[in-house]
Amino acid sequence: MTNDNAYWRETRRLTLVLFAIWVLVTFVMNWFARELNELVIFGFPLGFYMGAQGLLFVYLSIIWFYNRSMRKLDAKYGVHDD
Amino acid sequence: MLGSLTRLQRYYLYYTGSFLLFVLALAVLEQHGMPPRWIGYAFLFFTISMYAAIGIASRTSDVSEYYVAGRRVPAFFNGMATGADWMSAASFMGLAGTLYLSGFQGLAYIIGWTGGFVLVALLLAPYLRRFGQYTIPDFLGARYGGNAIRLVAVGAAILASFVYVVAQIYGVGVITSRFVSLQFEIGVFVGLAGILVCSFLGGMRAVTWTQVAQYVILIVAYITPVAILSYNVTGVPVPQLVYGQVLQEVTVLEKRLFDTPAEIEVRRLYSERANTFAEKIMQLPYSLTHEREQLSTMINQLKASDAQMRDIVALERQRRDLPLDPDQARSRWETAMFSAVERSRPPLHHAEAFPGATEEERLPERINFLALIFCLTIGTAALPHVLIRFYTTPTVSQARESVFWSLLFILLLYMTAPAYAVFAKYEVLTHLAEIPIAKLPSWVAAWTKVGLVSIEDINRDGILQLAELSMNPDVIVLATPEIAGMPYVVSGLVAAGALAAALSTADGLLLTITSALSHDVYYRIIRPDASTQFRLVISKSLLLLVAVLAATVAAEKPGTILSMVAWAFSIAGSAFFPALVIGIFWNRATRTGALAGMIVGLMLTIYYILRVEFDSIPWLGIKGFNMEPWFHIHSTSAGVFGVVAGFMTNIVVSFLTKPHPGSEIFLAKIRRESSEGGDHRDK
Repeated sequence: MTNDNAYWRETRRLTLVLFAIWVLVTFVMNWFARELNELVIFGFPLGFYMGAQGLLFVYLSIIWFYNRSMRKLDAKYGVHDD
Repeated sequence: MLGSLTRLQRYYLYYTGSFLLFVLALAVLEQHGMPPRWIGYAFLFFTISMYAAIGIASRTSDVSEYYVAGRRVPAFFNGMATGADWMSAASFMGLAGTLYLSGFQGLAYIIGWTGGFVLVALLLAPYLRRFGQYTIPDFLGARYGGNAIRLVAVGAAILASFVYVVAQIYGVGVITSRFVSLQFEIGVFVGLAGILVCSFLGGMRAVTWTQVAQYVILIVAYITPVAILSYNVTGVPVPQLVYGQVLQEVTVLEKRLFDTPAEIEVRRLYSERANTFAEKIMQLPYSLTHEREQLSTMINQLKASDAQMRDIVALERQRRDLPLDPDQARSRWETAMFSAVERSRPPLHHAEAFPGATEEERLPERINFLALIFCLTIGTAALPHVLIRFYTTPTVSQARESVFWSLLFILLLYMTAPAYAVFAKYEVLTHLAEIPIAKLPSWVAAWTKVGLVSIEDINRDGILQLAELSMNPDVIVLATPEIAGMPYVVSGLVAAGALAAALSTADGLLLTITSALSHDVYYRIIRPDASTQFRLVISKSLLLLVAVLAATVAAEKPGTILSMVAWAFSIAGSAFFPALVIGIFWNRATRTGALAGMIVGLMLTIYYILRVEFDSIPWLGIKGFNMEPWFHIHSTSAGVFGVVAGFMTNIVVSFLTKPHPGSEIFLAKIRRESSEGGDHRDK
């Protein structure tokens, strides 16, 4: 096994952390949507707002952050795919 | 400023400009008396000939161009194309309606269909692009080795894509028949032509560039009507920002209107009707003969007396319209009973999450909400027609970027859909509820004629109660222009957008099916020595064949096809997702493990759907095998079991068998870990 490769190790760690955040906001948070609805944000009940808009921004930021980190990793380890 | 844009960006800017000018010109012509029907034709003709022009300009005889657009699609445009590829007729027309009908519970679609792209970005897209072949079966075949897994993957890809493509063509038939009053079957074949002009000559290359063009039209068409409606209601033309306030007003109105004495009375009447039907079904076949005899006696009595001929004819028609046999009676009365039960239920509060009177009633709602999100995310990250789009970018880094753009472009529509639902609900609660039926706004009558809205004054008070109104989900998007009192040109625009959504998705799906058959089955398995010229001939003929087949099925108006689309996500998810993800992230995964996982996952999903959804399969001679759902989960979320079983089987069997010897080189390549030090270029 070539698991000692640092580029892959860091990629995997980053993926795991972001995946965990994704699970947390998608499944754990939505389980409590009813409770979140007690709060109001921009005129929306919070649980509803997260499902209709908030989560979508979180998803977009996860992908944005992943891309940025991967660009840095690519540069750090000199990985060029073409 | 124009100079800083690339040539492509300038082209699409001009294209967007000329489309807007075209719409504007039609609006002016409408003011001068152009009939609506002509506006419909103009939209149909203009957009399809645009797509045809792009399709013909992108014709190609190069294999790489045909399957993956030459891998020259920049991230930004791949994002747009993926957006159009992804958003189907169901997203365009059905989503807002689903949100209208089910309120918060409908948000599972928004969350699932966007959340899936995070999985694509993190787990799949970069690795697929680094692998750099043509199809998803290619990837599985290279990772695990052997043709068996390739064949299973081809089968699953076709299973998930074919019903989906039929539903798109069906959608085209519906749109054209409604807006340009073509006959449904002719509309289907117009759709077929629209799909073929994009994909036949140029394959993926042509599909990509038409999808970008289609995205522009569909997003303009989706946002325009609701922006105008939002401006009319709130004074701000950005519906996504302001519908929170409208939602609050809706909640206040709901509290006032839902439990008025008249509403409760109407719901009671519907529940009585449901009981009557239930009794009649229980007493079959006696109830049917009894009803027929009753009608006969009445007719004879009337004939004996000198009653009006008109009354007798009416009764005779009623007798003729009775179900022919007990089986038909059962199915007809069951439909009637379910629709009465539906109307007898207390309505949902729009923003309420997991509605139910007690915690026990809420639990199944909560479980199903999360289960549906699970299936839709996994399905999104496993539908082959979306994944192959990430083969088309020039680099791995661009593949990653293009997932970002895809999600951004998809967000624009998905953030607008809940606004549509809330504005429509506001309209219904303020301008329809408690209004005398004779004085309802004119759009209600127009859509009642087409059968998408139905009103029944069950308590005969001449006033519309909410429970007396039922709406087909599609009507929300289609009728919004009329609700906001906009000229017909906006309706035409919406139709053009829906058409673009259906055509773009159909193109991507069709290409997926074709490449699975021609590339994976014919070239990889049957004749690896086929010349590139001949491979393209095979691809193009298969494309034609599959397209005609799909259109023929769609022209039959199969009723179940639309619900089958929801199952496509579960099917694709349980077949592909475990094998792909385990294959990329776990060295120990073996060919037998993956194969077993795919088959077990797929079979379990199909088994669950069949047993929960159906009671008998006549052509197999199976009867009475309907079962209680496990953990309250609906058949649309069958993938929950399939995906989990797929993962477990894959892992357990992998531990029991030996990995494929080629997999280490493959993994080293897609993970970039082949040698120490890290700097290793392929070319």
